[in-house]
Amino acid sequence: MNDMNAVAAIASRDLVKFIRDPGRLVAALVFPAAMIFLLGGTLQLNLGKSAGFNFIAFTFTGFLGMTLFQSTAQGLTSLMDDRQNDFAQELFVSPISRYAIVFGKILGETAVAIAQVLPMVIFALILRVPLTANHIALLVPVALLSCFVGGAFGLLLLNTMSDNRAANQIFNFVFLPQYFLAGLISPINALPWYLAILSLISPMRYVIDLARGVVFNGSPDYRLVLETPATNIAVLFLMFAVFMIAGTTLFVRRETNR
Amino acid sequence: MTTPAIEVRDLVKRYRKGTANAVDGVSFDVEPGQFFALLGPNGAGKTTTIAILTTTLSPTSGTVRICGHDVVREASLVRRQAGIIFQNASLDMNLTGEENVRIHAILYNLYPYRPIYRLMPGAYRQQLRELADVVGLGADVFKPVKRLSGGMRRKLEIIRGLMHHPRVLFLDEPTSGLDTASRRNLWQYIRELRRRHDITICLTTHQLDEAEEADRVCILDHGHVVALGTPQHVKSQLAHDRLYIDALDRAALRSRLVEMQVPFSEDGVFVVELDGRTAHEVVRAIDEPLTVLRTESPTLEDAYLRILAAGDE
Repeated sequence: MNDMNAVAAIASRDLVKFIRDPGRLVAALVFPAAMIFLLGGTLQLNLGKSAGFNFIAFTFTGFLGMTLFQSTAQGLTSLMDDRQNDFAQELFVSPISRYAIVFGKILGETAVAIAQVLPMVIFALILRVPLTANHIALLVPVALLSCFVGGAFGLLLLNTMSDNRAANQIFNFVFLPQYFLAGLISPINALPWYLAILSLISPMRYVIDLARGVVFNGSPDYRLVLETPATNIAVLFLMFAVFMIAGTTLFVRRETNR
Repeated sequence: MTTPAIEVRDLVKRYRKGTANAVDGVSFDVEPGQFFALLGPNGAGKTTTIAILTTTLSPTSGTVRICGHDVVREASLVRRQAGIIFQNASLDMNLTGEENVRIHAILYNLYPYRPIYRLMPGAYRQQLRELADVVGLGADVFKPVKRLSGGMRRKLEIIRGLMHHPRVLFLDEPTSGLDTASRRNLWQYIRELRRRHDITICLTTHQLDEAEEADRVCILDHGHVVALGTPQHVKSQLAHDRLYIDALDRAALRSRLVEMQVPFSEDGVFVVELDGRTAHEVVRAIDEPLTVLRTESPTLEDAYLRILAAGDE
């Protein structure tokens, strides 16, 4: 019970910090507007007709999955910020398990990521992305799973970093290629074999593809979906388990053996 | 026999990339209710020792018990017994003071999680108000931490550190970065807290005057214990009372001191090391009329500097 309360306290702290940060709130509004409205709009007008699918819906699902996954993963690095700002000392000397700290951070960053994509969904509705109430309801568990995988992935990456500078470099190196390998703004149904292999090991691919599987289900654009939702869910659960076990083990060991 | 509040035996810590032991065979005990000061220059091993005592760092070898609980095997029990005021502020600047305290109270399983202050149990609100009044923070505890001064933040950390009624309070350079007035106020509050709560205090500091009030001091240098005992004991072992005298006929006074075979130096006036003699004995043996006469007892700082100088030699 203590750990449950601690997880709730750690998670709510992240959400409060997000709500009180005007810069992050503005970014959460401006980013989806810029990406879906500008990027999706220009692609739709110039390429949409010849490509034969809804580019705005494609871009929306791409950025939705990417934001959920990447925001949670990057949020986990705040454990590094905390250590440098010394708030983590308070967490690490408290009589709660290290697992509660990790779960609390993942839950908190999940809440932050979901709060960040809410404006994105509203923009998508304004731009007439064919989203029904059923789609939105199904996207809730998809969002949770995507965030959990992102959080576990971020936890694993956290163990490779020594400071914030290293974190930024590693994040650029790890996430930028995934934008292209996961089909963020363009379909990846056809890839050269070496990129296909890299794509298959990119977690973001399964997150984005799952979101597309839900939104495009029953529409002609479903042909752009790479795997069935069941396959994507199975892969994401497997990745979550592997990242979580490896990440938590390394994290706890690193913290106690400093 | 009572269980020591802190029991350290042959403690060794070598960091993974270290070429020497940061802490090298340190042993000491602190009895319940004592005020214990851990002193030493930068790199002496104080912060490493405190980090091991508070379970944030694992020892390479040796044993450490807090209130009878092993810091490695019973870390969770140790954490319940210890309160810590860190060297660097460990507050979340994005939250209010009360929110920082509330997170602490929930992490220590004192109260269930509630998202806002008004939903917290009455006992929590009362405890917070009482502690805020004791340290003189009052309603400022509800302000964002960003808007609190350095001294107020320290007080807030003390409130937080005391919320779970720790039996041992670790203060790792608690006054670093504070101005003189804030330092004085903070120590007043710590004295008051000791009087009220009868807790064991383990202090590390560079401010030697802060350790003068300690029941026992331990001086570390290069990871070793170089002095351990009451401040009086440490001072008497390493430094002596001094007599400051001068006379109109300085040559005659100098000759007399040489004749008496007392160790002395000249620093504007004659500085006589009493070294077991009384000031009265020395003055009675001098016939020359004195123009300056005063005695000075050594401070802990004098003893400390001598110890470190001896170590460097």
